[in-house]
Amino acid sequence: MADTQTLIKASGLKVSRGGQMILNGIDLTVDSGEIVTLIGPNGAGKSTLVRALLGLEPTDSGTITRKAGLVVGYQAQKLVIDPTLPLTVRRFLTLTHQQPDEELARTLDHVQLEPILDKSVHVLSGGEMQRVQLARAILRNPDLLVLDEPTQNVDISGAIDLYRLIQETRDRLNCAVVMVSHDLNVVMSATTRVYCLNNHICCSGRPAEVSKHPEFLRLFGQSAADMLAIYTHHHDHDHGPAGEVRPTHTHDHDHPH
Amino acid sequence: MDDFLVRAALAGIGVAVAAGPLGCFVVWRRMAYFGDTLAHSALLGVALGFLLGTAPTFGTMATGIIVAMLLVWLQQKRDWSSDTLLGLLSHTTLAGGLIAITFVQGVRIDLMAYLFGDILAVSTTDVAWIWAGAVIVSTVVALLWRSLVALTVNKDMAMAEGIPGHRIELAFVILIAVVVAISMKVVGILLITAMLIIPPAAARHMAKTPEQMALLAILVGCIAVAMGLAGSFQWDIPAGPAIVLSAAVLFAVGMAIGLMSKQRSIT
Repeated sequence: MADTQTLIKASGLKVSRGGQMILNGIDLTVDSGEIVTLIGPNGAGKSTLVRALLGLEPTDSGTITRKAGLVVGYQAQKLVIDPTLPLTVRRFLTLTHQQPDEELARTLDHVQLEPILDKSVHVLSGGEMQRVQLARAILRNPDLLVLDEPTQNVDISGAIDLYRLIQETRDRLNCAVVMVSHDLNVVMSATTRVYCLNNHICCSGRPAEVSKHPEFLRLFGQSAADMLAIYTHHHDHDHGPAGEVRPTHTHDHDHPH
Repeated sequence: MDDFLVRAALAGIGVAVAAGPLGCFVVWRRMAYFGDTLAHSALLGVALGFLLGTAPTFGTMATGIIVAMLLVWLQQKRDWSSDTLLGLLSHTTLAGGLIAITFVQGVRIDLMAYLFGDILAVSTTDVAWIWAGAVIVSTVVALLWRSLVALTVNKDMAMAEGIPGHRIELAFVILIAVVVAISMKVVGILLITAMLIIPPAAARHMAKTPEQMALLAILVGCIAVAMGLAGSFQWDIPAGPAIVLSAAVLFAVGMAIGLMSKQRSIT
């Protein structure tokens, strides 16, 4: 990346709720073009951290600086839309950012969906809804894409597909991606940094490094580390650890071995 | 047509225009009981208005806004569920209102008129209050519309993408207090929530987007007002309840249309 910019920088971040420390002394930076993945057990404070980084969660101490005019595209973890709210895919895609129909259709195509603009969001499957959510976030042309558990309710091959899509999106928009995942099975190798979170940052680094870190092993156990498959995409070039999941899509041609 | 009927129709339509779009949010966000609580606090507002020598509508608005703020503050403490807090405030303010109104001297207050509405007795001043409120509410709702819809779909998403959620939510609560205040003369404290809930619910099955639902809710509300007033005139029945019943009939019609179009799309 020619000129890397810092989009968000948090230092010494502390958040507590009802006397309980949820986040303790978090230092984290997100630079442009980076893919940052947060993993950790339930209750580790992953979503709280993301919310705090975006300014949605009051903090006890520490500083967060965001680039001025940072454009965020946000994919919510659990999107429950009340059935009394009539909403077409078109209207959903333009909730916070209006775009012409051609642009909407093109983005739906990018996330491998039919041009279902007039369809009600209430009849979409879980996987379709995740893609529509991703499309909505992309349409904002964001500097930063925030994805809270983007592969929830999606099976493993669907998850690999989605990760590929996220990586392509990053390449196309040249945006940074912050992703929350409890999905230990697959972490994208394109991830620049994995933060392993359990109220504090246990360890961080490239996916392959983290999977060998003693703190990670203590937290998730050896079996999890063995399971941790690092999904490698076509232009990836390093570390193919054991248990690698082989994607079935067509770009799958030059894995280094 | 008689003057009082014209005034009644104008008052009813004003309420329908203000309540329809705002009521959609009350339905989408499941805030029916919240509307009820503000409505119940209205009687206290009337009494305070008289005691302080201001217009009852103004007293009602001010009380509604204070109760709404109190509720938001209590909710943030998270000691009690919203449901319990609403029950507490709703009945405390109603009881307080019933007592406070006995302290109002000099003016004879027709309690029934406040509880059940007296649309056939609205004055030109009442109509002016209603339309002033309706114009303000409609303008603000139109300005905040897109942000409110985005916040309703997902608050985190909307706020992460730059919508000032807290301020808009506050404005929304104040708008409901205003609608409650201007609706009181028309359908009465006990039936105000009906004007917020039933027209949007009737519109749901015929709408594909939030905007369609809001406009249809206004239309349903206006038709309900016309039907209710006609029924009241024809059969000499109380007008407020007749309007609410008409809205319920339109809800049933909307549901039937919804069921039929669903069946068509399956076959």
